[in-house]
Amino acid sequence: MSGGDPPRYQGQGKGQGIEGGPERLYVVTAGRDRAAEPVPLDLVTLIVSRGKPARGMQPEHAAILRMCTRPLSLVEISAYTGLPASTVSVLLTDLVDGGQVETRAPVPAAELPDPKLLEAVMDGLRKL
Amino acid sequence: MDFANSEAAAGPQAGDALPASARSAVKVVVVGGFGVGKTTLVGAVSEIRPLTTEETMTQAGAGVDSLVGAEHKTETTVAMDFGRISIDERLVLYLFGTPGQERFWFLWKGLFEGALGAVVLIDTRRLEISFSVVNRLEERGVPFVIAVNNFPDSPCHPMSDIRAALDLPDHVPMVTCDARDRSSSRDVLMALMRYLHSLTTAPRSDSD
Ligand SMILES: Nc1nc2c(ncn2[C@@H]2O[C@H](COP(=O)(O)OP(=O)(O)OP(=O)(O)O)[C@@H](O)[C@H]2O)c(=O)[nH]1
Ligand SMILES: [Mg+2]
Repeated sequence: MSGGDPPRYQGQGKGQGIEGGPERLYVVTAGRDRAAEPVPLDLVTLIVSRGKPARGMQPEHAAILRMCTRPLSLVEISAYTGLPASTVSVLLTDLVDGGQVETRAPVPAAELPDPKLLEAVMDGLRKL
Repeated sequence: MDFANSEAAAGPQAGDALPASARSAVKVVVVGGFGVGKTTLVGAVSEIRPLTTEETMTQAGAGVDSLVGAEHKTETTVAMDFGRISIDERLVLYLFGTPGQERFWFLWKGLFEGALGAVVLIDTRRLEISFSVVNRLEERGVPFVIAVNNFPDSPCHPMSDIRAALDLPDHVPMVTCDARDRSSSRDVLMALMRYLHSLTTAPRSDSD
């Protein structure tokens, strides 16, 4: 395990339904001070718009806000805009700094992933 | 790029949107040589039609003397396919199929960082390609399973021969698959997850 207070996926099977507040399962990035260090964005960081695009906004920013009314990963934004992932990352950093999007960090890389997480993935795959 | 008029900028169709409850994602990388079936495997299990992301890679020219400097750097645009599986209301799995050109796999920033693990797809007609990737994954500490793709004209090697040829440690799982088949491809991912799970419960004895 490295660094700080990473969000952790707790998996299922602990009787925590959605109503139980999924927020409690993760330490989300909300509340991070905007002026603080830039959020490192992963290819699979999920992005959610906080509102509609403002008039006169850069078209790329506006397009991202429009497509992220539901969660969308950085890499999907790259695919839908046709922009390289690194460019999307820069655009998203602008939007994060402006408070226009919320980011949902991936399950952090640990040396060994949480067995509960792996069990959740296996349950999901079985349903395929 | 004429961004404003790009129809692609519309974003996902309604059916391809994640639920609002999606909280967090994990990723798995599928590596393998040209035409071995990476895109096919990703497409077989993905809930969305596989998408393509691009990145610009800067590479020093072959054999360049680093003192000679920047004029030998070349920029190449590299494309990578990916797909997605919603594991439950909160968790999403992304699957990346690397481009065939092996030299780009480890240059792609953020691809292996944070990945749960990798699937190495192997075409027994061209085993050579797999040597270095197995070494690189081991060096980077990315856990992986080997999936041997059966093509009609593949020579039929026993798994033990392939393991020996790749100098694979005994604990690395090997499975066969047909990447065109959803359940077969799903089973490859299951093998990876089971292996990762076994690593968490019984730390492997690293003998190298
Ligand atoms: N028989 C057989 N054919 C396969 C299998 N997997 C893929 N193919 C075929 O092999 C061809 C190449 O598959 P792709 O999925 O495009 O391979 P790729 O690894 O993504 O190729 P590149 O991205 O070009 O490196 C396609 O025509 C597939 O239909 C398999 O498991 N069995
Ligand atoms: Mg491909």
